[in-house]
Amino acid sequence: MALSAEESGRLAGLLDEHAERTIQRWTELVGASLRGRLSQAELRRQVQELHRAVIEAARGGGFDLESESAGELRAVLAELSRGRARQGFTATETAISVYALKDVLLELLEADATDTALRDYVAFSSLVDQMGLFTFESFVRTRESLIADQAEQLLELSTPVVKIWEGVVAVPLVGTLDSARAQVVMERLLQTLVDTGSPYAIIDITGVPAVDTQVAQHILKTVVAARLMGADCIISGIRPQIAQTIVALGIEFGDIATKASLADALRHVLRLTGVETARRQPRRES
Amino acid sequence: MERVPVLKIGDILLVSIQVDMSDQTAVQLQEDLAERIVATGCHGVIIDITALDIVDSFVGRMLSTIASISKVLDAETVVVGMRPAVAITLVELGLSLNGIRTALNVERGMELIAATRDDDYGYDDLDEPGDQSTDTR
Repeated sequence: MALSAEESGRLAGLLDEHAERTIQRWTELVGASLRGRLSQAELRRQVQELHRAVIEAARGGGFDLESESAGELRAVLAELSRGRARQGFTATETAISVYALKDVLLELLEADATDTALRDYVAFSSLVDQMGLFTFESFVRTRESLIADQAEQLLELSTPVVKIWEGVVAVPLVGTLDSARAQVVMERLLQTLVDTGSPYAIIDITGVPAVDTQVAQHILKTVVAARLMGADCIISGIRPQIAQTIVALGIEFGDIATKASLADALRHVLRLTGVETARRQPRRES
Repeated sequence: MERVPVLKIGDILLVSIQVDMSDQTAVQLQEDLAERIVATGCHGVIIDITALDIVDSFVGRMLSTIASISKVLDAETVVVGMRPAVAITLVELGLSLNGIRTALNVERGMELIAATRDDDYGYDDLDEPGDQSTDTR
């Protein structure tokens, strides 16, 4: 796979000699595939950088993409695909930026149709293939890290524990409840119970799109843990369809209080704690 | 050998466990507590486990035993101050400490015992009956 010393020498010579033409043609090809979503100047700068990096690597003697002398080339490629991934280009569009070099090389080598030229082209193009694959890998890695970041942010923002009355906290659950989120919710809730010394917690599942046995299991665990610590949980916000699903699945909530709405749950807790609410009598005009 | 002190506050005995429990310590605590309940005639026992990082099946069983002993001697047991991490571990292990009443902190525990005593003697009858007793679990 690796280029021999002569081959890389010829590659460097070829690219250096026709520098202006190479860059021009390369930019054109890439520009056509990106359909004007990246400015010409920006594209040209990227291509120039890539061009320089390839020459730089080829000057160092025989190499392939894994070798030490190609370190900078790898960095440039990684940077390019990171940028593309963040700007929302597809993997194909990113890879074409590299594969366009093949067409350019073919055009350059077409001039002298000797056996050496053919062999060189095959060798060069296997190098370009390597570069393309490397770009693809970096692209995927960037996307994956983006997804991981977003998942973490989602975890952060979607589990608030709010105090709604003296001694009563509520957890409005929003979105699908998987094991990781359930764990976070449970920890936050229990910690808040300790911090605020609240003996009552309301778990509101209005925002949970579907309740299956696993979600129910997570909720039940949270309730049992809260009970162990000496706090009582009420589950509220059970929508009609969800109630049907719960019954259909045969999920048992046992002696855990369930209420249709958060207001009902709060009223229930207030009654338990002996708080009376009354409407103020309107003042009579005499 | 380490001994867990048993403190008397009003009508309640307070046991704050600060050390890792061994078999011996546990047995000693059970004996001490039983003696103190009889000697003082207290009707409530609060076991504070705030300082415990780990509650395993051994400690769980000890708590159950103490609760049963106290029950026989007509004293209500409340376990208070369980940490979130401990509660999560117990749930994951499937230990639910049946028959033990719990409260968030010592203060709540004392309120709970007071409420139970009131119910037992029917002081609450003038108000809505059974309000506080719905707390029993």
